[in-house]
Amino acid sequence: MTKQKLKRVDLIFSKEYSCDKILATSLKKPKEEIIQMLMDSGLKGRGGAGFPTGLKWKMAAAEKSKRKYVICNADEGEPGTFKDREILDQVALKVLGGMALCAYVIGAREGFLYLRYEYRFLIPKLEKILDTFHKWMEDYDLDFTVKLFIGGGAYICGEETSLIESMEGKRGEPRNKPPYPTQEGYLGKPTVVNNVETLVYTLMIMRIGADEFKSMGIEGSSGSKVFSISGDTPKAGIYELELGMTLDDFVKEFGDGDTKSVQVGGASGFCVPRKRFKEIHIGYQGGLKGFSIPTGGSMMLFNSSRSMYNVLHNYLVFFEEESCGQCTPCRVGCQQLLKGVEAVKRGEKNQKYLNDLLRLAETMKITAKCGLGQSVANSFSSIVENFREEMIY
Amino acid sequence: MRKRESAVKNAVVKYGKERKNLLPILQEVKQIKNYLSRSDISEIGAEMGLSSAHVYGVASFYHFINLTEQGQNIIWVCKTISCYMKGSNDIMMALEERLKIKIGETTSDGKFTLLQTNCIGWCHKGPAMLVNDEPYTDLTPENVVQIIDSYYKK
Repeated sequence: MTKQKLKRVDLIFSKEYSCDKILATSLKKPKEEIIQMLMDSGLKGRGGAGFPTGLKWKMAAAEKSKRKYVICNADEGEPGTFKDREILDQVALKVLGGMALCAYVIGAREGFLYLRYEYRFLIPKLEKILDTFHKWMEDYDLDFTVKLFIGGGAYICGEETSLIESMEGKRGEPRNKPPYPTQEGYLGKPTVVNNVETLVYTLMIMRIGADEFKSMGIEGSSGSKVFSISGDTPKAGIYELELGMTLDDFVKEFGDGDTKSVQVGGASGFCVPRKRFKEIHIGYQGGLKGFSIPTGGSMMLFNSSRSMYNVLHNYLVFFEEESCGQCTPCRVGCQQLLKGVEAVKRGEKNQKYLNDLLRLAETMKITAKCGLGQSVANSFSSIVENFREEMIY
Repeated sequence: MRKRESAVKNAVVKYGKERKNLLPILQEVKQIKNYLSRSDISEIGAEMGLSSAHVYGVASFYHFINLTEQGQNIIWVCKTISCYMKGSNDIMMALEERLKIKIGETTSDGKFTLLQTNCIGWCHKGPAMLVNDEPYTDLTPENVVQIIDSYYKK
């Protein structure tokens, strides 16, 4: 079940395989075969939510509609994540190749690359690459064009329905699901929204095969993943690693020898204290109670010189600003959590007040409309429960 | 002045009147006019057949659509945790001292506005900032002053 050692992988950034050839071969395969390969590979969305990619494509392919859309979600905003920027900078053609593959499978003629505002410096480069890509599309006789869409600067737009809302000229407020975007997405048409990294993997699975991909990782979390590593580490940067490693192995490789905790999955992820490094695996199943925890690839290391109160405070300021304000649990909850920890720290509230705040966070998890409000409890509870004394003194 | 007045019309012609083009239009007008005024908002609404309230609601939702006048260059210093741990506060202090303004203010010559923003995706090379669209990483209180000075020379 568990892989013991950390293993580096080189699929995403590898220049070994020319992606136009992979695409040319793949576009000759029956659509059902491509979907089956993706399902067999066990590939799950690399943005963090972890929805099975093959299933998403299958659902969109099954919809009867003349218009369908493929959207590449490059609205990378999770604190501590910077892999999508690097992937677009280094191997954008592979990303577009994945989009073309998806377009072929589901029957879409239009695609969008939704780039976050902060990455506008990539626009000139991406526009040139789009020209090359559109020439390929002519060569392969695939009627598919991709346009850039630039975000306005909103963390919530990484959530796929908010992203679609913003593309439709509205405030980026999440929709109720169902209907899912694969049924009614952009302009009400079936839409696949995939993360940058996920799209590259779809293409690489066409190249190496489902079995080889699945031979990496652990049950339920197959393959490899690109990690963005920052904080107190001598080796900050981007690494593609096999899934399923223990946090202990991870810290041995990337820690500075004094790692107190690791925040897995960014501000919306979980804080793992040193005493649990050995039992926690990096993958998709369950929350912190299970064997593994989900991650969009953000890994932030903190050493013992860091105040976990400052870390939590920074996250709460972030959430309080980025909450879209649509639903009350998230809008008011984020404000109250922030005010609450400040009051406890200043001694204005008794330390028992932290228990009330923990209950508030759990309430947000149940009642908030989207992943943002629901996931505030992840970092809040895991930091407060493990570093309670640092919240008070 | 004519260019300023026709910015809205040109953008609407360029992208089209459908509501789905609102965000690109807001960005284009902001880019040309520096910020979106109340009358720009109304004009965009009128041109696109949308209420001013809708246009304002959308424009005010996004961090990078400015609704007040900004300096010629906007500095966005990342304040999120990884950059904070690498000393983004020192960078902010160095900028405040060099520009003689505080966070949120614009220099008296109108050259710079100093702002903070959330994670800009350079956590491994913090502290980081954007000056307009351009990212700058591995900042120190010394090199950040040189970066600012290079804009004065432009």
